[in-house]
Amino acid sequence: MTIPWDLFAIQTVNGIVTGMILALVASGLTLIFGILNVVNFAHGELFMLGAYVGVLVLATTGSFWLALVAATIIVALLGAALQIVTLRPLVGRDPMTTILATFGISLVLQNYALWQFGPVARKIQEPITGHFTLFYLDYPWYRLMIAVLSAAIIGGFWLFLKYGKYGIWIRATTQDRVMAEAMGIPVPWVHTAVFAIGAGMAAASGVLFGPLVGVDHAMGLPWVLKAFIVVVVGGMGNLGGSIAAAIFISLLEAYASIWVSPSQAVIVSFVVLILTLLFRPTGLFVPTPK
Amino acid sequence: MTERHSTVFWSGFAVILALLIAAPLVLPPFWGRFLTEILIWGLLAMSSDILIGYTGMISFGHSAFFGLGIYGTAAALLLVDPPNLFLAILFGLVASGLVAVVVAYFSTRLRDIYFAITTLIFSQIFYVVIFTWTSVTGGENGLAFTRPGLGIPGLYVVRFTAETMHWFVLAVVAGSYLLLRRITQSPFGTVLQSIRENEARTRAIGYHVEHYKIVSVMISGLFAGLAGVLYALQNQFAAPDFVFFLVSGETVIFNVMGGIGTLVGPIVGAGFFLLLREALSRFFTEYYLIPVGIIFIAMVIFMPQGLLGFMRRWLNR
Repeated sequence: MTIPWDLFAIQTVNGIVTGMILALVASGLTLIFGILNVVNFAHGELFMLGAYVGVLVLATTGSFWLALVAATIIVALLGAALQIVTLRPLVGRDPMTTILATFGISLVLQNYALWQFGPVARKIQEPITGHFTLFYLDYPWYRLMIAVLSAAIIGGFWLFLKYGKYGIWIRATTQDRVMAEAMGIPVPWVHTAVFAIGAGMAAASGVLFGPLVGVDHAMGLPWVLKAFIVVVVGGMGNLGGSIAAAIFISLLEAYASIWVSPSQAVIVSFVVLILTLLFRPTGLFVPTPK
Repeated sequence: MTERHSTVFWSGFAVILALLIAAPLVLPPFWGRFLTEILIWGLLAMSSDILIGYTGMISFGHSAFFGLGIYGTAAALLLVDPPNLFLAILFGLVASGLVAVVVAYFSTRLRDIYFAITTLIFSQIFYVVIFTWTSVTGGENGLAFTRPGLGIPGLYVVRFTAETMHWFVLAVVAGSYLLLRRITQSPFGTVLQSIRENEARTRAIGYHVEHYKIVSVMISGLFAGLAGVLYALQNQFAAPDFVFFLVSGETVIFNVMGGIGTLVGPIVGAGFFLLLREALSRFFTEYYLIPVGIIFIAMVIFMPQGLLGFMRRWLNR
């Protein structure tokens, strides 16, 4: 069998582009898990709602960048409200109850979107329409821009965590909740803020990804599943691991879809997950604690 | 178990059973069929209660067992001529049992959230396989088949009617309830409950926790498969939607609404959910999941014991 090198190169670019969006979705998810100890089943719906807000703002203002910012802020506020109403009362209970609550939220949000916007997919016009030639393909610049923007958002967030005052609060809360509280950090509000940031990141990736497929009420589902896989493979609560895992899995899926259909290529990432859980249950990119 | 408790329990059981037997004769056909559906979904929810309520593991992958039960039944009814009821049940149980072995082996190595995610991913694997393997499973269109007669092939066979179907389902569900109740009260079931209460301590006493977990997932999967068989016989239709994880999510909702760790609670929860859906879809049409989801979230926050949670101790005595 000859290896189709040109196809390989194209799929590498594709894999990195989807990997960066996935990293943006998954870093919100892993942040929420690492700090709130909540597995957010509604993350895909926040992604989807972000895309819809993007559609609406784009339709009224005509500016993609305004849409991106507005979607991020509105969904972040929605996330904060959801966290206060549904997750705060569950603090101190069995962490599994948070899965149930967020699953309920995802049902409500998904059906709300179906009710508000109908089953027909909406389109987001990409802000950059140029192409460049990649082998025999006209490759859109927009795809590369997504990857760069996602990297910029994640990078900015990382700087904020590392050096910002509130970023340090967040890291302190991750390390030791009780001690952070004793130092005067308002832990419940840190939780709300983290959920809001995670929601905002999901919304931003929804707007960025919107132009590539259509926007519909079920678009969040495959993403949340993949993000779960990424978060487990990268190590729960580990930001760097999630990003590496997102690119790794997206590349594998991109290569697999050279030979099988994309819907079957998903199985590759499922297999990666199962193997990871069997041999390195704490994640591929963290040393297994002895 | 005290004498009085046992008298009250069994007379209560007999009264409810008698009411359920009489129901299809009194109720209009639509509600009779509705009741049969409640029993089938109730069996699925009850099977998942073994994991959620007794072993303390939330499975988000019960749709895999349920769906494979349906497809196993479909295989028996489409491939074997003449169609045979018992072969259909056997095929469904074998299919879901095989899946349960695989899922149990891998997923029980993990705990809590990781267990939930692994079972979810497994059910999605089976969903993708069934969805894309069009030549065998019919893909998105699914498979249609006709149900076999009730009775012993070659000797005495009657056609299923709505009433006999209901009684057949009722017999299977009631039998499963008694069996599961027996299992949860056996020494084995007691070990499962001690895993739920304190896994480390159970291990320290010397129980091989992994073995118990694997067996509990397999039992749970088999009964979920049985629910799939009943569903296939009732609706004569197999579709990939039944393997989709939304079914697993609904199973968890049934459990939480009805009350985990009670076995009957999940059946009540399934009934409550289906009634809510029926009532609310009159006002909200296909968007009934919005109010149902809100009610569910409220129950998770304010009523974590579910509808029958207050009877939990009493039912398990």
